[in-house]
Amino acid sequence: MHKTDENLVVNMKKVNKWFGEFHALKDVNLSIYEGERIVVCGPSGSGKSTLIRCLNGLEKHQNGTIEVHGTVLNDNTEAVKKIRKNVGMVFQQFNLFPHLTVMENCILAPVENLHLSEAEASKLAMSFLERVQIPDQANKLPGQLSGGQQQRVAIARALCMQPRLMLFDEPTSSLDPEMIKEVLDTMVALANDGMSMICVTHELNFARRVAHRVIFMDEGKIVEDQSPKDFFENPQTDRARLFLSQILNH
Amino acid sequence: MSELLIDIFGKPHGIIIFQLVAAARFTIYLSLVAFSGGGVVASMITFLAVSPQPGLRKIAQTYIWFFQSIPLLMLLFLTGLGVPRLIGVDVNPWTAATISLVLFTSAYLAEVWRGAIAAVLPGQWEAGFALNISFVSTLKKVILPQAIRYGLAPTVGFMVQIIKGTSLAYIIGFSDLMLTGKRWANAPVLGSEPFIIFPIMAVIYFCICYPLAVLARKLEAEDLAKS
Ligand SMILES: Nc1ncnc2c1ncn2[C@@H]1O[C@H](COP(=O)(O)OP(=O)(O)OP(=O)(O)O)[C@@H](O)[C@H]1O
Ligand SMILES: [Mg+2]
Repeated sequence: MHKTDENLVVNMKKVNKWFGEFHALKDVNLSIYEGERIVVCGPSGSGKSTLIRCLNGLEKHQNGTIEVHGTVLNDNTEAVKKIRKNVGMVFQQFNLFPHLTVMENCILAPVENLHLSEAEASKLAMSFLERVQIPDQANKLPGQLSGGQQQRVAIARALCMQPRLMLFDEPTSSLDPEMIKEVLDTMVALANDGMSMICVTHELNFARRVAHRVIFMDEGKIVEDQSPKDFFENPQTDRARLFLSQILNH
Repeated sequence: MSELLIDIFGKPHGIIIFQLVAAARFTIYLSLVAFSGGGVVASMITFLAVSPQPGLRKIAQTYIWFFQSIPLLMLLFLTGLGVPRLIGVDVNPWTAATISLVLFTSAYLAEVWRGAIAAVLPGQWEAGFALNISFVSTLKKVILPQAIRYGLAPTVGFMVQIIKGTSLAYIIGFSDLMLTGKRWANAPVLGSEPFIIFPIMAVIYFCICYPLAVLARKLEAEDLAKS
């Protein structure tokens, strides 16, 4: 992997974010390169979600700079749109549109943004539904699917915009144990295709298998940034050691 | 029509009922105008109220708060008597009643609709934004279809309040069921005593409002069944 400025996907410099008085991100610096897969972990409230939600402008940071695919994220709507065009996001609660079928969920954004006809968008969507292995559910409503299927639809829906970076915010945390695997398998397949990914997750096996780097956050700071092997075998900080012992003993 | 009523109820009741029903037309017209005009204004206020711009939201909140805190009767006095006197023009009762009811209705409906939109999970907005769908499209295609669920029953229910609210417009000389009824009740005609006229009026109001009340209750029940 070449780490040059041209293939920087994310470049955060001294980013700070407050919710009112609460300091949620503290001087965060982070560079991610094309094709890199990052797993973000850390205790609850440490700012993991806030970090990735700042990357596509769902949250606004107050100072520091965030660059995504070379575009500086600021209040300018055009910049935000340009960044979102190339960044897909998958949420813990799926956030599928409950009144639309699986297919309609998938084609809404491509029809609006890529100016595809419904037929073209449907064809594109079908190819991604095949990739997440639920093409036969295309005409169902989200409520008729299992949690695992819904999350795979959410992944397909994000992929329909053909993003260059995918953000995952605890994609398996609200799933029953028997459905976690099917979603993780989908994500592994995506990783094998070379997609740049930032995943907030506590699935350590997933981290071991696919991550290039594990980022550990605590109290709004990035405390560790290492290869999975180093992070799991030889964490540098007490906080990371404590965190690992807690989730391993679960 | 009036002959038929006279045949059935005799004089003067046939005539009274005929006149009351005829006057009820204006109650219905005014209600429809209030509802559609108020609905249009409410849509615009609602749009401001859910906008991402804090300034626009503030304008909408102020509007809603202002017209919700003034009694309808006060609005009627102001538009029908106060302002015309102040600027020295004649405002006919139709115009004054329409303006008052549109202001009143729009503030109430905007608040109901804003609440309905706020009841949709925030994750729905976020999913729309993350997919790079614009604010207006997200509102139209993702949020509103879900918000209708929460807003429909109270909207229909509020129509009943508007119909009853129109009865206040008699105070500025708007000739509707209320004014006609009051004239009869005050008339020195045998058989048009208040204890006869007012129950008849109540029955007519009931006939107009009841179907809407039933519909609102039905929508509410359906909503509960769904959730
Ligand atoms: N909209 C908000 N308003 C106020 N405080 C917020 C908001 N969003 C997050 N916070 C606070 O910011 C801190 C970081 O939140 P964040 O959601 O990023 O944590 P997290 O690491 O994702 O935690 P979890 O593992 O529970 O998801 C938390 O203390 C949270 O209470
Ligand atoms: Mg989180």
